[in-house]
Amino acid sequence: MSAEVLPYTVKPHPVTGLYNGKFGIWLFLASEVMLFGALFSTYIFLRIGAPETGPTAWPTGEQTHLSWKLGGLNTLILILSSVTMVMAWVQFKMDNLAKGRMYLIATAVLAIAFVAIKLKFEYMHKFHLGIKPSTSVFFAIYFTMTGLHALHIIGGVVVIAYFIGPGAKLWHENREYYTNRIECTGLYWHFVDLVWIFLFPILYLL
Amino acid sequence: MSGDHHHEPSFIRKYVFSVDHKVIGIQYGVTALCFLFLGFCLIMMMRWQLAYPGETMPIIGNLFGEAAMPGGVMLPEFYNSLGAMHGTIMIFLGVVPLLVGAFGNYVMPLQIGAPDMAFPKLNMLSYWSYFLGGVVMLASFFVPGGAANSGWTSYPPLSDIATTGQTWWLFGMVCLITSSLLGSVNFIVTIVQLRVEGLTMFRLPFFVWAQLITSFLLLLAFPPLEAAGVLQLMDRLAGTSFFLPEGLVVSGVVQTQISGGGSPILWQHLFWFLAHPEVYVLILPAMGMVAEIISINTRKPLWGYRAMIYSTIFLGFMSFIVWAHHMFMTGMGTKISAFFATTTMIISIPSVVILTAMVISLYQGAIRFTVPMLFALAFLPMFAIGGLTGLPLGLPASDIHLHDTYYVIGHFHYVVAPGTIFAIFAGIYHWFPKITGRTLNKTLGYIHFAFSFIFINIIFMPMFWQGMAGVSRRLYDQTVYAHGDAVQSLTVISSWGAWMLGLAQIPFIINFFISIKAGKKVSDNPWEATTLEWSAPSPPPHGNFATVPVVYRGPYEYSVPGASSDYIPQHITTEA
Repeated sequence: MSAEVLPYTVKPHPVTGLYNGKFGIWLFLASEVMLFGALFSTYIFLRIGAPETGPTAWPTGEQTHLSWKLGGLNTLILILSSVTMVMAWVQFKMDNLAKGRMYLIATAVLAIAFVAIKLKFEYMHKFHLGIKPSTSVFFAIYFTMTGLHALHIIGGVVVIAYFIGPGAKLWHENREYYTNRIECTGLYWHFVDLVWIFLFPILYLL
Repeated sequence: MSGDHHHEPSFIRKYVFSVDHKVIGIQYGVTALCFLFLGFCLIMMMRWQLAYPGETMPIIGNLFGEAAMPGGVMLPEFYNSLGAMHGTIMIFLGVVPLLVGAFGNYVMPLQIGAPDMAFPKLNMLSYWSYFLGGVVMLASFFVPGGAANSGWTSYPPLSDIATTGQTWWLFGMVCLITSSLLGSVNFIVTIVQLRVEGLTMFRLPFFVWAQLITSFLLLLAFPPLEAAGVLQLMDRLAGTSFFLPEGLVVSGVVQTQISGGGSPILWQHLFWFLAHPEVYVLILPAMGMVAEIISINTRKPLWGYRAMIYSTIFLGFMSFIVWAHHMFMTGMGTKISAFFATTTMIISIPSVVILTAMVISLYQGAIRFTVPMLFALAFLPMFAIGGLTGLPLGLPASDIHLHDTYYVIGHFHYVVAPGTIFAIFAGIYHWFPKITGRTLNKTLGYIHFAFSFIFINIIFMPMFWQGMAGVSRRLYDQTVYAHGDAVQSLTVISSWGAWMLGLAQIPFIINFFISIKAGKKVSDNPWEATTLEWSAPSPPPHGNFATVPVVYRGPYEYSVPGASSDYIPQHITTEA
């Protein structure tokens, strides 16, 4: 079995400059761009097609029942979590497991705060007002896009928790390999952050 | 991943949850062949209803219960389920998993000299996700109302209000999309990163190039369908109206419980944004296999190897901007129709370049008429018929008459059935010796080929005339219309062709199972081929190559002037 050593799992390929995992995560993100791209296109398609007046007109401002303050707060939280994510990677690069782990925990906490605000103060508030995804196409796309985004956040938290806990075993076996995995997680995390940067204005501001 | 295991892997790790690309390739192959057969069985049942509408189906008619076939007569609802599931199973569970999952997985890493795929565990996950998707699709036959019955395209509003089977279909599709996403990431990374020393991109066999472009199509085209699937799930489960307009009328009743404001056209855009690149997913790997087989069996280099690669890249790119030629009938407007008609005409050019290159490759070759070569040769005219009959569908004026008729069915089945599936058969006969160390029986192979070739044309050729007579593709009983009744005899011919084609597969099935155990043993390189997979032992051991090969030359060095043998494998330094 010792012949089965795959090249470039840890060290970068001399031509592409990427190790396999990083190349893979970039491709995965490309497909994610297409996934969210399709949903953003759906948003544009529905909004352009909506009539000026009447029950299916596109709601703006007050009619959306969305608070730009809460949305803005969540935007700040996510941007901050991206910063802590980078810091975690930097610490691992500098061979400091304890500090890196601390930054990972900070990232996870911020992510959970984001989801908590989303659920407790935004979704619950809507449900209290009797607003559901079926209320109008606007709320349909609102709940679908933010819901799918929240699932991405939760998925990210699971991965980060894994690397704080059981995944950290790899650190003691192969530090570079572990740090690479944190880098890939970070790339994913920045992407999820970026999606929100687009979601926030189209839903809360425009 | 690089851990040293000193013990033999257990049976389960070795054959069930294996991370070896060859085992996964075989798993994909066997599962997908079963689905291919199942999809074919569904259509053979439908062909009875089409040929003899309302008559009791012989032999198996009473096996399906009162809910589907009371008294052995197929109900329209059951017919619709069979139709939708035939398309879904054939495309997503049969042909694509065979082309990419089976042949791509098994052959591609060998052709680039890699020990395995870049992410072996993802590869395993990809197979099991596909398997789960298949199980969900099969299970949907047993839910109330039966399997999905809104066509393989699942157009709303019908699919939004269809029976529970449609929800299962959507969940199944999510599993299949996940599977192909994992697979495509794996393929691209493997091809780019894991090529052995000396194997530059322009020394890659054309098959590997085809897999690379295909993977990009899968990677980028499937997510929009996933998004569309999520939206349709929301419509069905959360009561949203993404695809439902205001004031929708169902069975004469205005739907007031929905908010409206959506559009069924939105689904069509998202769906065809996937499904047109999907067409090229169905054909590119097939072209790759045919190219390999033609070069080996003509003992000549491929003519226009680089032109074929550039065409493939261009084709992959263009396939993302032709999708709305499926939607000329939706009233998009003449300007948009003109744009998509133009891109559609443009995309036919690279296809023709590839096909022409393969035909010219035959010229003055010392052709060996082996079984895989016969299937590969048949691919050329069959794909040409399929491609050329597509042109009238790509132009709005002629599409208005032909849209949604049997002409369309004839057109794309010529591409996929005698085209792609013949290429798959060619691939099976060609790589079987590599996978098992034994060869399939030649005589049975010739019988299989000859009858398949005759009957597959008997099925699909009449459809062009039926379509031009205006018979709609989704009719349960065309004889209720005068224009349909007038060409009913063609339907009967088609149906008999289908059943005979089913019989023609018997020699293949017998051959396949007997040859695994008792086929003639052959050397590692029975076809005297140049590419790397033939330098590995048959079957290749875990890790593939005893020593990592180094490549010194291009993939098709056949009949090199002055060389001592008529082929020089890629890993040979100087011809001895």
